[in-house]
Amino acid sequence: MISFQRVSKRYAEGHDALREVSFDIAKDDLVFLTGHSGAGKSTLMRLIMLMDRATRGKVLVDGVDLATVGKRGIPGHRRNIGVVFQNHQLLFDRPVFDNVALPLVIGGYDYREVGRRVRAALDKVGLLSKERAMPLTLSGGEQQRVGIARAVVCRPRILLADEPTGNLDPELSAEIMRLFEDFNQVGVTVLIASHDLALISRLRHRILTLKEGRLVNGGVA
Amino acid sequence: MTAARREGARQSRASIANRYDAWLRHHRLSAADSLHRVLTNKLSTLMTFMVIGIALALPVGLNVALDNARELSAGWESPSQISLFLEEQLSAAEGQELAAALEQRDDVATVEFVSRQDALAEFSALSGFADVLSSLEDNPLPDLLLVSPASGLAEDAVVTLKGELADREGVAEAVLDMEWLQRLNSIMELSQRLVLALGVLLVFGVVLILGNTIKLAIESRREEIVIVKLVGGSNPFVRRPFLYTGLWYGFGGGLVAALLVSASLWYLGKPVARLAALYSSDFSLDGLGVMGALNLLVLGGLLGLAGAWLAVTRHLAEIEPR
Ligand SMILES: Nc1ncnc2c1ncn2[C@@H]1O[C@H](COP(=O)(O)OP(=O)(O)OP(=O)(O)O)[C@@H](O)[C@H]1O
Ligand SMILES: [Mg+2]
Repeated sequence: MISFQRVSKRYAEGHDALREVSFDIAKDDLVFLTGHSGAGKSTLMRLIMLMDRATRGKVLVDGVDLATVGKRGIPGHRRNIGVVFQNHQLLFDRPVFDNVALPLVIGGYDYREVGRRVRAALDKVGLLSKERAMPLTLSGGEQQRVGIARAVVCRPRILLADEPTGNLDPELSAEIMRLFEDFNQVGVTVLIASHDLALISRLRHRILTLKEGRLVNGGVA
Repeated sequence: MTAARREGARQSRASIANRYDAWLRHHRLSAADSLHRVLTNKLSTLMTFMVIGIALALPVGLNVALDNARELSAGWESPSQISLFLEEQLSAAEGQELAAALEQRDDVATVEFVSRQDALAEFSALSGFADVLSSLEDNPLPDLLLVSPASGLAEDAVVTLKGELADREGVAEAVLDMEWLQRLNSIMELSQRLVLALGVLLVFGVVLILGNTIKLAIESRREEIVIVKLVGGSNPFVRRPFLYTGLWYGFGGGLVAALLVSASLWYLGKPVARLAALYSSDFSLDGLGVMGALNLLVLGGLLGLAGAWLAVTRHLAEIEPR
């Protein structure tokens, strides 16, 4: 589903954030991405989201070489991927419902379908009662779950999460991870960046480890 | 195979219809949302409306005034008059005779004989040079015939008449008094051009003002735009609400302009009618009319769109998720 072939990313300042990274993530997989701060985890995710492009090598998503996706193709590409960010990236002047509905509005779903899907997604993350709340009145964990609901509301086949448990307590973190496992159970390919090694090593999924831009563990030969 | 193809065709037709529905839905949503935002910020919206309204009302109002002036002057018959200065040696009696002869012509309505003494008296009374003139030994003025052409005579026929009269014996010079009308006409033409130039400048100004307003709106929603792009919002999708914002501001400005022009015409209407009555004319001011007001609204809307487009193409592309 996601395939990196000798991918390197050099930022304009000459810093190599990724060096010759190769791996394959199969459909229905749940994979953790870990490494020290600055190892290149976010950079890798940004390449998948086409927020940036690889300097060398090939990135394939669902069989499509991202180098062939032009500027106009980027929105369509992003609509196929759900993303969760550490800094929630919510619209703080809109209630929870509108935040979760955003991808559906962009996708052009009609009102009834939007309502149905938003409630289903909020139900899944246990926030059905907070539909009309403003994000600022929610706790960090609740905000994170709003972000997750928004990421899955379009039923994407790929779900990316960058530090989704960044500053949550261990119990909440475990709960969030369980949510991702649930989505994975119903056929969503999930890639989670996290440096909470204690947590992710307990969960028994494949782990990719980056060190200074190199994949040192979990890749392919 | 054919069934599958038919199925495919039906599906793609359905999906085009769906996409059209989605497109329409987002237009409605953007229009309503941006209108809501525009109406929520009452004070700044009112200011923007006023600025645009005044900028549009100025050239439009002047143009309406010019139209009225043109209509008024077109109603005037060209009151041309030919002055015939008679030769020195002609006596007053001969002058009177010539006047009577000329009055027989079909293309002449009346001829008035002004003797050189009368002319001097009138001139010294009007000019205030009485002392100077009375100290002159000789009256420097010739006898004068004031010829009014027959009414309804075309302008070039009047010119021909003037030529013929100038050739008559005893006539030193013929002068056609229409210059002031020509002067008026050229003043009107000049004003027309000035108004046009002013209009073009102010239209540019309106577009720039709106562009700046939309730019500020974009800046204030930068984070939101980043998020929308991150979850797959296309450029047209992001652009739409801002284009509608420009449209609403433009419409509002056009409305204010129409109100301003109508109000000033109403304010001027009474005094103009009184003035016209003094000149025993039934002239009254022509207003903007419903079509004029609608045109102003449409013009405002278009300018708003143009300004928004300017801002959006310059500023939206550079807001990308980092
Ligand atoms: N836009 C950028 N321009 C230049 N250098 C960058 C940019 N973004 C990231 N980097 C550099 O690339 C390296 C990898 O950054 P990245 O954000 O991918 O690390 P990370 O593994 O996500 O770290 P963290 O765990 O702290 O989030 C870092 O050294 C960072 O300084
Ligand atoms: Mg990071």
